[in-house]
Amino acid sequence: MHKVLNVSSLSKVYGPGCSDCFTLTGPQHDTNICPRCKSVVAAHNVSFDLYQGEILGIMGESGSGKSTAVKCLYFDEPPSSGRAMFFDATGKQHDLFSMNAARQRWLANHHFGMVYQNPHLGLNFGITAGGNIAERLLMSEVDSYTEIRSRAKELLTRTEVLTERMDELPKNFSGGMQQRVQIAKALATQPNLLFLDEVTTGLDLSVQAAILDLILEIQQEMTTAMIVVTHDLGVIRLLAGRTLVMKYGRVIESGLTDQILEDPQHAYTQRLVASAL
Amino acid sequence: MSSVQSFGYLDEYAKKEVRRSALKAVAIPGYQVPYSSREMPMGRGFGTGGLQLTLSLIGSQETLKVIDQGSDDSVNAVNLRSFIEMTCPGIDTTTKTAEASLIQSRHRIPEQPLREDQIIVLQVPYPDPLVLVEPSEDKRKQMHGEMDYSRLLVKLYEDMVRFDEITISHRYPTRINGQYVLDPSPIPRWDVPKMNHSNALILFGAGREKKIYAVPPYTDAEPLVFSDVPFRVEDFSDASGGRRACRICGCRSSFLDEYSDSRTGETVYQCSDADWCEELSQSTEKPAGVSNA
Repeated sequence: MHKVLNVSSLSKVYGPGCSDCFTLTGPQHDTNICPRCKSVVAAHNVSFDLYQGEILGIMGESGSGKSTAVKCLYFDEPPSSGRAMFFDATGKQHDLFSMNAARQRWLANHHFGMVYQNPHLGLNFGITAGGNIAERLLMSEVDSYTEIRSRAKELLTRTEVLTERMDELPKNFSGGMQQRVQIAKALATQPNLLFLDEVTTGLDLSVQAAILDLILEIQQEMTTAMIVVTHDLGVIRLLAGRTLVMKYGRVIESGLTDQILEDPQHAYTQRLVASAL
Repeated sequence: MSSVQSFGYLDEYAKKEVRRSALKAVAIPGYQVPYSSREMPMGRGFGTGGLQLTLSLIGSQETLKVIDQGSDDSVNAVNLRSFIEMTCPGIDTTTKTAEASLIQSRHRIPEQPLREDQIIVLQVPYPDPLVLVEPSEDKRKQMHGEMDYSRLLVKLYEDMVRFDEITISHRYPTRINGQYVLDPSPIPRWDVPKMNHSNALILFGAGREKKIYAVPPYTDAEPLVFSDVPFRVEDFSDASGGRRACRICGCRSSFLDEYSDSRTGETVYQCSDADWCEELSQSTEKPAGVSNA
């Protein structure tokens, strides 16, 4: 299997940071705020590999750093330290954090997709659903109007949004529909790597199930590698083959999802799994 | 302050700074160069950016033409011209495009093709085309730096969806030298193609927004469009599909202004470029496209 992403020792500290930040925080200290300099260690030493067609789950409570890790990889925020290598479909290596902002944006536009929990972050509510997808296509240098129209139509059909509503503003859509438009937008450039940040949180159960089905179908069809961030064990169980469990910015447990959910090793994971049942 | 008013109203240091900014603008086509826009004895928004450029560039051997929406005789043009005449003793002024070495203009580029030895200065209210889609100047600067113009194109897309046509009538976003997209000031679409590989240097001055930018001669200037939706200029066709003509000179190849005749109530059309109209009316040999309708 072709490797898509290699992340090593990714760290993100908010605040001035000091030499003791990493030794005085973490699960063993029960905090992610450095007692000396009051910096917040949002993520530290996060390392993992991701292969084509694989879904990696990142699980943890709010504030555990799971979203921060993904934001760094999608260039929403610069990391404090660490390295990440992305391998595109041709096997070419891209060192994510050493390239300049323009290259980063180019790479994210062409090879990455992101679906946020809140559609307001992923969609522009001032323009039509089709326009949102068009924006994504225009970013990746598709410049023919007819092609943009037909690609947007295709994508909305794929994500089961009525194409008659393509020229409507997303604010007229239900939450589930907005999420589908967001997924269509993220898929517009046929990304090699898709980030899903709490995509089903806040949706009702039947809509959740439909969205999760859609994600699995996309994984099967397009063999897109995905990183799924969630605190929902059901989502992890259904989607992810492998899972990282994070707490106070550290990865406390990682492995096959079945293993982690059936035989959790770390006390926190045990509590998490027990409380979910 | 010395009792002698300095040539060109601005002091030499101010003029030097404006010139340096203009040189930088020429060196980086389409890039908005920030400069320290001076207080002028007129309100910002009345062409202070263009005026500062003109006053910094003009020399006593220069021949100046000032136009406002194509007209040499409108209030704005007349007042700017007389101010420049007053503060720059020795310069010549003209209304003839061909005779001018320096042209300050608002909202139009003259119909008559400009030459290499001419400079046109345009007054700019809003220098940044991205202001439509991004309110933060910090972010806009970054977007320009990364050539991130997709959101402007989305605006065109939305126009196409709603109206089957791009509805921007003036200030049409134009990409210069394959890089920066600029706001060509409120010139009509008609004038946008004139910027492409223009023989004359085109300078833009935004006094209130404190920016100077340029389209150097012989530089690509391409309006933003989709590959399958060509850029269109105003067509001035009447109900039967024929091209309307100017009621004074009969020209069918110029940008027309629409008026309502105050006596008859009829809608009439005439050349927006007053000098062009005048020249055509007086010349006996009319160029192609002109009829005596």
